[in-house]
Amino acid sequence: MKSIEELNAVKEKTLARLNGNTVRIVVGMATCGIAAGAKPVFDALKEETEKRGLENVVVSQTGCIGMCKYEPLVDVYVPGHEKVTYVFVSPEKARRIIDEHIVGGQIAEDITVASVE
Amino acid sequence: MSKETTISKVPFKGTAEEEKKLREVIASWKGKAGCLMPVMQEAQGIYGYLPIEVQKIIADELDIPLEEVYGVSTFYSQFSLNPKGEYKIGVCLGTACYVKGAKEVYDKLCSELNIQSGGVTADGIFSLEATRCIGCCGLAPVMMINDDVYGQLTADKIPAILDSYRRK
Amino acid sequence: MTHAIDKTNFCNKQTRVALRNCGIIDPENIDEYIARDGYQALAKVLKTMTPEQVIKVILDSGLRGRGGAGFPTGRKWQLARQIVPDADQKYVCCNADEGDPGAFMDRSVLEGDPHALLEAMAIAGFAIGATQGYIYVRAEYPVAVKRLDIAIRQAREYGLLGENIFDSGFSFDIDIRLGAGAFVCGEETALMTSIEGHRGEPRPRPPFPAEKGLFGKPSVLNNVETYANIAQIILNGPEWFASMGTERSKGTKVFALGGKINNTGLVEIPMGTTLRTVIEDIGGGIPNGKRFKAAQTGGPSGGCIPAEHFDIPIDYDNLISIGSMMGSGGLIVMDEDNCMVDIAKFFLEFTVDESCGKCTPCRIGNRRLLEMLTKITEGKATLEDLDKMEKLCYYIKENSLCGLGQTAPNPVLSTLRYFRDEYISHIVDKTCPASVCKKLLKFTITDNCKGCTLCARKCPVNAISGAVKQKHVIDQDKCIKCGVCMDSCKFSAIEKK
Repeated sequence: MKSIEELNAVKEKTLARLNGNTVRIVVGMATCGIAAGAKPVFDALKEETEKRGLENVVVSQTGCIGMCKYEPLVDVYVPGHEKVTYVFVSPEKARRIIDEHIVGGQIAEDITVASVE
Repeated sequence: MSKETTISKVPFKGTAEEEKKLREVIASWKGKAGCLMPVMQEAQGIYGYLPIEVQKIIADELDIPLEEVYGVSTFYSQFSLNPKGEYKIGVCLGTACYVKGAKEVYDKLCSELNIQSGGVTADGIFSLEATRCIGCCGLAPVMMINDDVYGQLTADKIPAILDSYRRK
Repeated sequence: MTHAIDKTNFCNKQTRVALRNCGIIDPENIDEYIARDGYQALAKVLKTMTPEQVIKVILDSGLRGRGGAGFPTGRKWQLARQIVPDADQKYVCCNADEGDPGAFMDRSVLEGDPHALLEAMAIAGFAIGATQGYIYVRAEYPVAVKRLDIAIRQAREYGLLGENIFDSGFSFDIDIRLGAGAFVCGEETALMTSIEGHRGEPRPRPPFPAEKGLFGKPSVLNNVETYANIAQIILNGPEWFASMGTERSKGTKVFALGGKINNTGLVEIPMGTTLRTVIEDIGGGIPNGKRFKAAQTGGPSGGCIPAEHFDIPIDYDNLISIGSMMGSGGLIVMDEDNCMVDIAKFFLEFTVDESCGKCTPCRIGNRRLLEMLTKITEGKATLEDLDKMEKLCYYIKENSLCGLGQTAPNPVLSTLRYFRDEYISHIVDKTCPASVCKKLLKFTITDNCKGCTLCARKCPVNAISGAVKQKHVIDQDKCIKCGVCMDSCKFSAIEKK
């Protein structure tokens, strides 16, 4: 790219994607998260969304939010709702998140950050 | 940590295929400023360690005195003059791990394996290294076995973990 | 009650500048960085500013080096621009060789927001007149290396690195060089020697890198966190940055909070925040109802902050005045169960191991210092040794070639300043108040003993005697304090003091 306009075009397009009506499930995948077991969690989330054919759901990764002791951490962004952070997520809990929160629309209260704070 | 500087007594078993790879790596870096360390890092990736035979090839090909290659290989703790075990154990002795009891974990490993940091077990299965912070302070104390990380360790958890690798 | 991590006590007392994208964006996707105003600062600089204007903005912001020493970043850039005006090549380097044990601030930026670093290095390149950058990163951080590699490739594809960026005539590219596990390579001249492919030994200064740095050319070296602030300063203005912090320390600082603390993790706070806020409010206090003893900052170059300075605002100058230093950001909390002499010894073992051996005060002086500390922890030292040790500390500080040696005695001096009584207990009373130093421990058998004989059978030196079903005793002259008896006892009948 050679101009600020081109840069802004990428910015707008990406913002539209991030703030559109897709549900985003984001796994903390810095070294600390991976060490705590984020990789199998990421795989379980992917597998479960594919198995159920959830088209409007994207699973992606991010770096470290800084709260090491609750790793693995998973953030769920549902359009129009406040972000929900799940803590100590295991592959089993990952499947619960898909089942209860993404499909069922009910936050799995007992495994969010609020349950440990 | 503290460096071994004696040349390996284990006979060199490099293959022609490995040497071909090494010469390719050297050719891809040759002429670039400061290429010695990247070449040595890739060479160690190929052979698992840096036997003197490999250092000689690097020195000849890059036209750098062997003395200098050897000087670099003994300066940095990541370069190893000796082969490692099948499972490389790294115990973090960073501060966060230390204040939470990493020393006991390390001592237990030494006594279970009957080796010190830098050593390899007689059967070649394990090698042990006391390492610097691996950046998982939230899980302290921590050790790594190859790419697997074990956190919140205590000395009494060690024998079972080692056994799980011996059975593999 | 909230379900979002950003609203918890841990997060809402923080101010995120360097870490603003960490935990938010996908670090392997350049578009997500661009969506958060990524590369806007580089565009602004290349399209609307002169190098001198860029340097002035950084100078006015008051940004100081986050690697530990706190040298003004703008000043560093200015020197690299001006000292050799007709240099045919200059270099921009990034110190990502995060070696302070117990610190992972830089790792988080590298893994969570690698483009912030690339953008800032390009801006620095424009400011000083360099076309090539090097990131020297620890090989122990494979995830960081991989993400940096992906980020560099993506930036090249978009033309944000490479020839004629934003059609401005400015070209800049970045290469990665891996460290190989030598702590001394965090020192700027040693780092450059290492990139050149040699043993990473420091060089005498002057000449400073601004004049003769990497490959003998004028060079600038900054730490990862320093770079992570640059784009934000360009976009929001120096006044915005200078509005945070204290008079002489502007902006925020990232700390890796670890050790005996409930919320281990990474925190970014405005300069001037008190240790109390960090430990009690953000860190959630000390676990298991234990008492706070000290916080250690600056790693092997720093010192400890005792409870009496709990309310001191954290900034560069305050930490120096109480005998510690900012350092790169490791903040390790210690409680009553940690022995301060043992901690000093831990750091000395580290520096003795990592001394490159080039200069004598560091190579030999620190080894002697470690021997003296070991003597103390074994109860063999005298008060005269303590005085000698203190003197030696100052010799090493004054005469070492580089920062490693010049700061190596700090953990000893700082624990001596605040915890001299613990040293005295080891020397005079031959006891370790925190029950850590093995040679000074005494294992005894209490009345809980049922006479099961297990400990006597386990003892490797046959120091335990006693008849079956009768209380056993430990022969203190034979005991080697290995602790096997205590581990094996099923009745908690063995005490160590």
